[in-house]
Amino acid sequence: MTVEDIVRILDGTPLTCKDNLGIEVRTACGSDMMSDVLAFAKTQCVLLTGLCNPQVIRTAEMMDIVCIIFVRGKQPDESMLELAEENGIPLISTPHRMFSACGLLYENGLRGGKMDA
Amino acid sequence: MPDVMELVYEVSNEDFTRAGEASSDVKRKLKKLGIPSDVIRRVSIALYEGEINMVIHAYGGKVTVTISEEAITMVLADKGPGIPDIDKAMEAGYSTAPDNVRNLGFGAGMGLPNMKKNSDEMNIETQIGVGTTVTMTVKL
Ligand SMILES: Nc1ncnc2c1ncn2[C@@H]1O[C@H](COP(=O)(O)OP(=O)(O)O)[C@@H](O)[C@H]1O
Ligand SMILES: [Mg+2]
Repeated sequence: MTVEDIVRILDGTPLTCKDNLGIEVRTACGSDMMSDVLAFAKTQCVLLTGLCNPQVIRTAEMMDIVCIIFVRGKQPDESMLELAEENGIPLISTPHRMFSACGLLYENGLRGGKMDA
Repeated sequence: MPDVMELVYEVSNEDFTRAGEASSDVKRKLKKLGIPSDVIRRVSIALYEGEINMVIHAYGGKVTVTISEEAITMVLADKGPGIPDIDKAMEAGYSTAPDNVRNLGFGAGMGLPNMKKNSDEMNIETQIGVGTTVTMTVKL
């Protein structure tokens, strides 16, 4: 699945890096707790979150997260857009809620990472 | 590249939105040096969690990162309140973070365990009312 596919599946609006939506996504992670993302997210994963502050972008930067999806139509502010653009991270806003957004991606074949022991 | 490279950052606790700037800069520099990506990932995660801790639990502090042929060493020194019980602080899920920090996405009590997991060596020196110094090493 590519970021472009995700935009289509989630009725999403791309907000940054609009020329870079062909990237491949392997797994997904849905969380509002950045500490959990930092502890459990896998490589080449997309992050779905209802949290909207600059540390979400920082977390994605540190974890090499491929793309961030803001659920419930959350709109990142100017500083977040800038930070994401600087780091080449596509941001997408979707009107769907967390559960539905995760469900839609799952239904279309995307999976979470394997559980650690 | 010189044998040893040292990077020093002042971390301020005045603006939570700026936490992570040191980790971000270190990550960029390691990439430029051609350090393997799995090493960069571990350093980034460990340093970022450490930086966040300095901001939310202390009053900011100083981060020193040393890059040699053998290892990347990170020293995070703060003049915060200190940690009364290190064993307890190291437990997954233990956190004294207030609700406002949790609302920002941190304070799940996963930081210190995750820092340990991502480094080859981690040492905490702490004194109540004086401060805490966390030293982490990731081998190359
Ligand atoms: N630099 C520090 N200064 C003082 N206390 C700290 C520091 N770092 C961690 N702690 C203490 O250890 C606890 C656990 O830290 P951590 O595992 O990172 O979880 P969290 O930051 O989510 O609370 C913190 O809640 C805090 O009480
Ligand atoms: Mg922490």
